[in-house]
Formats: sequence, structure tokens, C-alpha cells
Amino acid sequence: MHDLVAITALGGTTPRVDTVAGVTCTENPSVALASVAARRGQEAKAQAALAKLIDASAPDVEQHAGGTIAAFWSGPDQWMVEAPFDSHEDLALQVKSAVGDTASVTEQTDAWTRFDLAGDPLASVLELLCMLDLRKISAGSVSRCSIHHVGCFVLCRSSEAFSIYGPRSSAGSLHHAIVTAMRSAL
Amino acid sequence: MIINHPLLGPRDAAEFTYLGDASLIDRPDWQAEDAAEAFYDYAYLRDNPAGEHKELWYHEAGDRSWLVVTRDTTTHEISKVELARDVARARGRSK
Repeated sequence: MHDLVAITALGGTTPRVDTVAGVTCTENPSVALASVAARRGQEAKAQAALAKLIDASAPDVEQHAGGTIAAFWSGPDQWMVEAPFDSHEDLALQVKSAVGDTASVTEQTDAWTRFDLAGDPLASVLELLCMLDLRKISAGSVSRCSIHHVGCFVLCRSSEAFSIYGPRSSAGSLHHAIVTAMRSAL
Repeated sequence: MIINHPLLGPRDAAEFTYLGDASLIDRPDWQAEDAAEAFYDYAYLRDNPAGEHKELWYHEAGDRSWLVVTRDTTTHEISKVELARDVARARGRSK
């Protein structure tokens, strides 16, 4: 028998937590992801199926919505679905059975790493990291942008809570950028 | 230069990369009789207008969408921005 140890994207056995002044950056490995792309001519049906799955209408441009299973917009007729890993390890399968032939679903869980930023003032940290117009961003919005030359999704859950998804293979670089910005801004 | 993305609103041109003439959307039929000549034209022959030009831009540092940007090459004024998907479909392309 192999004796394998689960590690996080940053290589630790427990998620990394960094606090600078009033802002905390927490590595969050306990999230399952799946991408959904509506098939041509099936867009309305795919949206309806997704809405039923997340118990909210399918998110519009640069928005996210949902409860335990939530979704965020990633492109025209395209979404990323997120859910707690412990209860939804087979998320892609669940999404596929919900949308059927109306959309294509791809497992994304280990492709991304998530950092949760909490505290105040987050805007002064984020304005060093990305080119987003932070005055336009409010709870429920999501944007794809470059952070430290890494393509990321930035989700605004409230003015004091943001999640950043970046490619797992660049987790170290992204974490370095976030913590450097926190030390610089706060 | 600011590109007014049709879905995301005004975005800095630094977020985009430039591909070239929007006529690249009109890829010739490889099975046609004159395919060799059509592909020579498609790959190598370009108009080089001083004035209005339709071109393909890729929102690389954003939502990864392809855009058709109508830009005046003498002033850099951008008069129109469309999703390349919509332009291609309007021309009868399936994808």
C-alpha cells in the first residue's frame, strides 16, 4: 500500500494563513470546481438547468450566484461551478447529470487554487495586484484579470471578503504576489 | 488606448494582444478547387489601409474573448468593438 499524504497547492499539510495588519489571506483547498459551457443552440436550456442546480438564476456577465453549490460567469454561455469539496468531491458528475446534453462539463478541481482575502481595507491590497476598477466592484461580482502575470478570477463576496482563483501550478507565485502586496499596502 | 469591451466595458489595451486583420475569420475552404491559391492569399496577402481597419484582438489578460475592433490606423480612434463570435456567426460561420 502506498502511504500518500495530501498536500495543499503551496505544499503544506495544512492551508497557509498569512495575516498583515487587519487583512488575512487564507489558502482554501476545500473547494470542488467544474466548468460548464453551454452547447450551441442549447444556451437557454443550459441556463435553466444551471439555475436549478445552484438554486438561483444563472449568473450574468461578471456575476456570481448560488448557495452551497454556486456558479460564476467565466465567458459568454460559460460558467464555473464551485462547491465544498467534502460534500461534492464528484462535482463534475453532479453538474453533468444536472445539465445533460445541453452543456459540456469539465472537472476543474485541482486545476485551480483559491486564496480567500478577508479584512479591511482590501481595496488598497487589490489595487496593487490587478487592473480592475474597484469602485465598480460590489458583492456578487467576479472578474478575470492578470495578477503578477497570472490569469486569475477575482470574486467579490463582500467589501471585506474576496476570493482569488489562480492556476494551481502558479500557486506559489500568486501567493507571493498577494502577501507582498499586503505587506506593501498595509 | 482603451478598448470598450462589448461585455466588460472599457479595458486598458495592455490587457489585449493583437492578432491581425479581421479577414482571418474568413478561412478558405480547404477542399475547394483553388484552395492553394486561396490559402496563399489568406496567409500572405494583406491590405494595409491608412484609415479604418477591422482587426482581431484577444483579451488575454481578461476573459479570453476574441474581439473584432474597428480602428483608424492613422489616429488610433476605435469606432466599434464586437465579439468575434458574433461577427463570425453573422458571416454564416458555424463556430
